[in-house]
Amino acid sequence: MNRFAELLDRLVLTPSRNGKLTLLTDYFRSVEDPDRGLALAAITGDLTIAAVKPAMLRALVVERMDPVLFGYSYDYVGDLAETVSLVWPQPQGHIPNHVPTLAEVVGRLQAASRSDGPKVLARLLDDASISARFAIIKLVTGGLRIGVSARLAKQALADLGKVDVAEIEELWHGLAPPYTELFAWLEGRAEKPRSAALALFRPVMLSNAVDDGDLEKLEPADYAAEWKWDGIRVQAVCEGGVRRLYSRTGDDVSGAFPDLAAAMTFEAALDGELLVGDPREATGTFSDLQQRLNRKSVSPKIQQQYPAFMRCYDALQINGEDLRALPFAERRKHLEAFVEALDPSRFDLSPLVAFSDWETLERLRQAPPHPIIEGVMLKRWDSPYLAGRPKGPWFKWKRDPHTVDAVLMYAQRGHGKRSSFYSDYTFGVWAGPEGAEELVPVGKAYFGFTDEELREIDKYVRDNTIERFGPVRSVRADRKNGLVLEVAFEGLNRSTRHKSGVAMRFPRISRLRWDKPAAEADRIETLQALLDR
Amino acid sequence: MRASDLLKSRPEGLYCPPGDFFIDPVRPVERALITHGHSDHARSGHRSVLATQETLDIMGLRYGEDFAGTTQAATLGETVDINGIAVTFHPAGHVLGSAQIAVEHGGMRIVASGDYKRQKDATCLPFEPIRCDVFITEATFGLPVFRHPPDHEEIARVLKSAAQFPERSHLIGAYALGKAQRVMRLLRDAGYDRPIYIHGALAKLSDYYQSQGIDLGRLEPGTVESGAKADFAGAIVVGPPSAFADRWARRFPDPISCFASGWMRIRQRAKQGGVELPLIISDHADWDELIVTIKETGAEEIWVTHGREEALVRWCELEGIAARPLHLVGYEDEGD
Repeated sequence: MNRFAELLDRLVLTPSRNGKLTLLTDYFRSVEDPDRGLALAAITGDLTIAAVKPAMLRALVVERMDPVLFGYSYDYVGDLAETVSLVWPQPQGHIPNHVPTLAEVVGRLQAASRSDGPKVLARLLDDASISARFAIIKLVTGGLRIGVSARLAKQALADLGKVDVAEIEELWHGLAPPYTELFAWLEGRAEKPRSAALALFRPVMLSNAVDDGDLEKLEPADYAAEWKWDGIRVQAVCEGGVRRLYSRTGDDVSGAFPDLAAAMTFEAALDGELLVGDPREATGTFSDLQQRLNRKSVSPKIQQQYPAFMRCYDALQINGEDLRALPFAERRKHLEAFVEALDPSRFDLSPLVAFSDWETLERLRQAPPHPIIEGVMLKRWDSPYLAGRPKGPWFKWKRDPHTVDAVLMYAQRGHGKRSSFYSDYTFGVWAGPEGAEELVPVGKAYFGFTDEELREIDKYVRDNTIERFGPVRSVRADRKNGLVLEVAFEGLNRSTRHKSGVAMRFPRISRLRWDKPAAEADRIETLQALLDR
Repeated sequence: MRASDLLKSRPEGLYCPPGDFFIDPVRPVERALITHGHSDHARSGHRSVLATQETLDIMGLRYGEDFAGTTQAATLGETVDINGIAVTFHPAGHVLGSAQIAVEHGGMRIVASGDYKRQKDATCLPFEPIRCDVFITEATFGLPVFRHPPDHEEIARVLKSAAQFPERSHLIGAYALGKAQRVMRLLRDAGYDRPIYIHGALAKLSDYYQSQGIDLGRLEPGTVESGAKADFAGAIVVGPPSAFADRWARRFPDPISCFASGWMRIRQRAKQGGVELPLIISDHADWDELIVTIKETGAEEIWVTHGREEALVRWCELEGIAARPLHLVGYEDEGD
């Protein structure tokens, strides 16, 4: 238990991806079964433990200590799980003679009935160290929130076994905690587990961005073009009555899209883009789509207002036949015939874009027929469906980003390598009547610049600080003084959370405009005009 | 004699009217008694100073030899008479030279503890509980959430991390007086025998500790002259916390920032400060140490100085011990 607790403590404060991977692989390497498998399940969200409500936790602790002292403590710390882990009084004369393993903790929690759950939890907390208490409380209150995705955990497993992460993703849904056979395989002690489960995720094929000069080397006739839809990549798999809708990384998202899942009455594995609207009439915008994202459950009203559908662009398997080895041209034929027979309000075909040369395609790319199109995809006619991101068969050629000239307002210190640099920038544009302009913040960006530019901005921030709040500095920015940043972004959403009313998607610094006077930066109206398009 | 006639708070600090002296005054006064060398307690410019020899030495290193008109060294456990008031210094376990000051007159004994801790520390003498009528305690960590783990467990985490990330450097933020030397000593006790790189701000005080027989092993300046960036791979570097946000830190390869402080108990504090590896090593008493100490002094009345007074006062109330906050100004609540 203590090693798991220590792992959580480290992960939550480690910003770098590589650092997290090292911590995870070291943990998986040094901890035995079944503890490591249970830890893995806790991180990927595959561990089921009956939840304890925060109110119950609070009740447990104030039975054991002065409520006023608890109140002072909670006010100071601000996080219930952490406060309870720190103030939990060990019973008088109670010296635990055994540190429970993670498996013991999980076993006792899973065996507890609803009514004796709190009592079991209290006994566990009595026996645990402070860090372990925190970990136990996180397990029972649900959601570790340690900044590690299931995908990253699988990458750590891949590193451990020196295998491709796609292999793990393909296996994943056929396995269950504590994953003993998976670890045995990764450590070379057993054969790769064979999965008998149905409707498994198949690792997806990804594309590379078109770089300068790439197209000159390619023959237009070798490639099909499709619009690149700015929805979410999904894989719809139905096999022997089991239906699953997976995200790009293999997370099961069927629960969030019950309307689409209900229409999956076929035997196939299809690859496509999840969008909202009715494909026969109108495709919703990204703002519409957002109404359906990041929700655990979704009300009938929202489902009706923003129905989900799938725009299919590839077929991996149809009626038991694996098509992945076939060339794209063949798969496409199968797909076209197959989609024909599906519910037309839930499935349609991603149309091909006809073109004869790159110039024609470039013109189409710059003026797409729908706002949710963010560019074009190029797919080699003769390429099989390959897991991962092979260079050559698939390209994404995105629409050029929008840019805006904004003024640097606040800078925050970075993490890790950048902890001595002011590297996270909040920028604003002008608003208000002439003569009384004010900057309103419109976004935050922390990449897009070179190391040399970072040093220059850092110096500028230090030389032009007007106020400091912890790790944040407020930078001189008015009509006469200020650093203008050209910010590139992919799109703009309406936002009620931001004072400016807009939220940028994927903003990054594209150029430093040392030459441009602050007063000549853009106005908020420029951004608002983009919203209304 | 009533306790409040023997010691009372004044804007300059804690004052003894019959003895005409101050304890840890924050402004220049005629006669100052000083508990330890941290700059919020030990200031320069007093006419005369009474403190332990180590505290006087440390003040000399920090402010220059002329930091006071006259100085007098107090010997631990020996009583000095000041205008008819019996004054005795006792070890406080905070940093090298730190002392509690017992003030006694007419059958009334008050102990002003300054800053103190109870965890074992190889760089200074351990705290001695002194029976008294009134105990004046700090409350830097006066909340039940502050529970300092054993310091060797914290140091073990640095060494484990250094083994896990051999290509990176570990930068440990620690206050220049006391904490930094304690961290170095703990590293040595844990068997770490490579050179420890230190920031220039630690050099004088660390030399002084070594001259007092506290072995810190081989210390090297953490400067560019001592090596190229790659030479610091796997290195452990100790410096004042402020230096790590500074350009100075850029010379080290992909540093993992560590901070040795009792505040690191709170995750959000570590997160806000960009600390990747928090080390809960404190030179102040934690909650359990505060309440154990209050009981051991047998004091009937507790005066609480800087820190989170309200929780400690509440605890005393629940235990039936009279307690009140002293509201002294000018001391750091956030030190450590």
